[in-house]
Amino acid sequence: MKVFTIDKKEWALGIEKAKSAYQVLGPVKEKEWHCFKALGKDEQPDMTYTNTRLSPKFLVQPQTEPMFTYTLDESRPDHHILKEVQEDVCPKAVIGIRPCDAAAFLLVKRNFDAPQYQDPYWLKAYNSMTFVGLACNDPCPTCFCTSAGCGPFHEAGLDVLLVDSGDRFLAKSLTDKGIALLAAAGWNSLADDAGKIEAMKQAAESRIASRISTDRLKAKETTHIYDAPFWEDTAFSCINCGTCTYSCPTCWCFDIQDENRGNTGVRLRNWDSCMFPLFTMHGTGHNPRGAKMQRVRQRFMHKLKYYVDKYDNGIQCVGCGRCIRLCPVNIDIRKVCNQMNDYDPAACVCPA
Amino acid sequence: MQNPYMPYPVRIDEIITETEDKNLKTFKFVFLDPEDEEKFAYKAGQFAELSVTGKGEIPIGIASSPTEKGFVKFTVNKVGLVSSFLHAMKVGDIMGLRGPLGNSYPWEALEGKNVVIIGGGFAFTTLRSSIVYMLDPANRSRFKDINVIYGARSPGMLLYRDELAAWERRDDIHMHITVDAANDPGWKYNVGFVPTITEQKAPEADADTFAIICGPPIMIKFTQPVLDKMGYAHDHIIMSLENRMKCGIGMCGRCNVGKEFVCKDGPVFTLAQLTNMPKEY
Repeated sequence: MKVFTIDKKEWALGIEKAKSAYQVLGPVKEKEWHCFKALGKDEQPDMTYTNTRLSPKFLVQPQTEPMFTYTLDESRPDHHILKEVQEDVCPKAVIGIRPCDAAAFLLVKRNFDAPQYQDPYWLKAYNSMTFVGLACNDPCPTCFCTSAGCGPFHEAGLDVLLVDSGDRFLAKSLTDKGIALLAAAGWNSLADDAGKIEAMKQAAESRIASRISTDRLKAKETTHIYDAPFWEDTAFSCINCGTCTYSCPTCWCFDIQDENRGNTGVRLRNWDSCMFPLFTMHGTGHNPRGAKMQRVRQRFMHKLKYYVDKYDNGIQCVGCGRCIRLCPVNIDIRKVCNQMNDYDPAACVCPA
Repeated sequence: MQNPYMPYPVRIDEIITETEDKNLKTFKFVFLDPEDEEKFAYKAGQFAELSVTGKGEIPIGIASSPTEKGFVKFTVNKVGLVSSFLHAMKVGDIMGLRGPLGNSYPWEALEGKNVVIIGGGFAFTTLRSSIVYMLDPANRSRFKDINVIYGARSPGMLLYRDELAAWERRDDIHMHITVDAANDPGWKYNVGFVPTITEQKAPEADADTFAIICGPPIMIKFTQPVLDKMGYAHDHIIMSLENRMKCGIGMCGRCNVGKEFVCKDGPVFTLAQLTNMPKEY
């Protein structure tokens, strides 16, 4: 681990140099919001951004992704037999990702890189990337990362951590991948004031006033929280729009569909959402989560209880706050999490 | 890295219409590459994704037994997009098979025990697999008494009727076939719902007796209190669940019941396990 200093005057040149060895992706403003894009020649990432509207999870798990191709033409010897799709696994550098969004990939990885099965699409895409994070000096009021197992200067999931220090960046190399990227960009001046990162980190953390409590989630009985009376109230205003799941960096659910054009076709996977009734509807019409309340409960139970129990490694949330900012009816995961954490069926005095 | 979404190519070798309403057909598949059959080594109670190229995949319990070689068999109810298309396919057509998936019935725990199989309607597929497996000469001595209670709406709605008749004639398996109502004057078996016949015919509960239940929710709902009354312990009642699935490998997120995925951690759970899980199935 070394800390380099990058004069902002040399920054653009380094990005251009890196483009010879990597496909470089970074935050770019489009209309009102920022989004991660592949940067063309002379295109620069906007390192003054706050965060992207949608999470960068689509870099690894695109909203629509081809899995297989096939032909239905019976005159062809391989008709109806699926063929692998060639994936783009060239090295990619993701510049300026926020630490919470990079940490989210590690949470999602537990799902796609399981002991019994490994998802080759997700893993190949993830492994092709080098993540250069941008520490948050000015967190948003809806950020609650520090109590969600993450933080504004969080390093896990990153290969390099950049800290904006006025007229220059301090760049902390965290992995071999990160060292290789810094070398490719020609950023090789060691910083003589690396110690200031710690002070900046503490200052940023102290600016995060919003907190959740998660300490009692694991010990609680699943069925107790599941049957808690607050779910109807939580779900009352929900319109099941799915904005929370689509914008979330840790939601990974997907659908698989075959799409034909003439005699050829593609088996695709698409983002799906637990907010939609079709997500769980059986062929017979029976639906285990047919009611809105059941779907809202599923989203929070998955992130804050099932995931906690399954992996024993914290909640499935990094505290980015997107679902809070974007929810059209102001459902707040912080409130729901605290309700779950505090819930005691014995103390409940509501009419059962 | 092996791609767990890639199905084995198979050819439809035989199609049997099972029931009088013609809504249930059994498909016998042969692997295009014989080596794939070895890779598809399965246990009774597991399922697979039938991959109809151009339409999609459906999770279906394996109806053939691991002791039957050279083919695999699935009985499919015509209900949605993929199953309706599959019902219109012909012998010789090419499609895919992905699996085996899920756990199985707990064969190690069942060794040396009495097994009571309780099935209803078209949920008899993995139960057929289990019966054929247990009756195989190499396996029969590994199990004690085998009782089978199997019901359908009418005689014409029973699956695998020739096999049921053959099992009736054996003395190493006790068959209790029943129908809700018989329109056939020659019907010589039971008439009555599965819970009633279970109460009359199932052996008394003891530590060495396990019940495997697979059927429609209404049958399970009324059979479980009967088994309770007879003293069956909840860890001796084994059930197979169904939920909507896509990936079949615990990744796509839809078939969960609490923290368990029906596709990967199930589909087989004991009633004792289910008691501590949300009722989302």
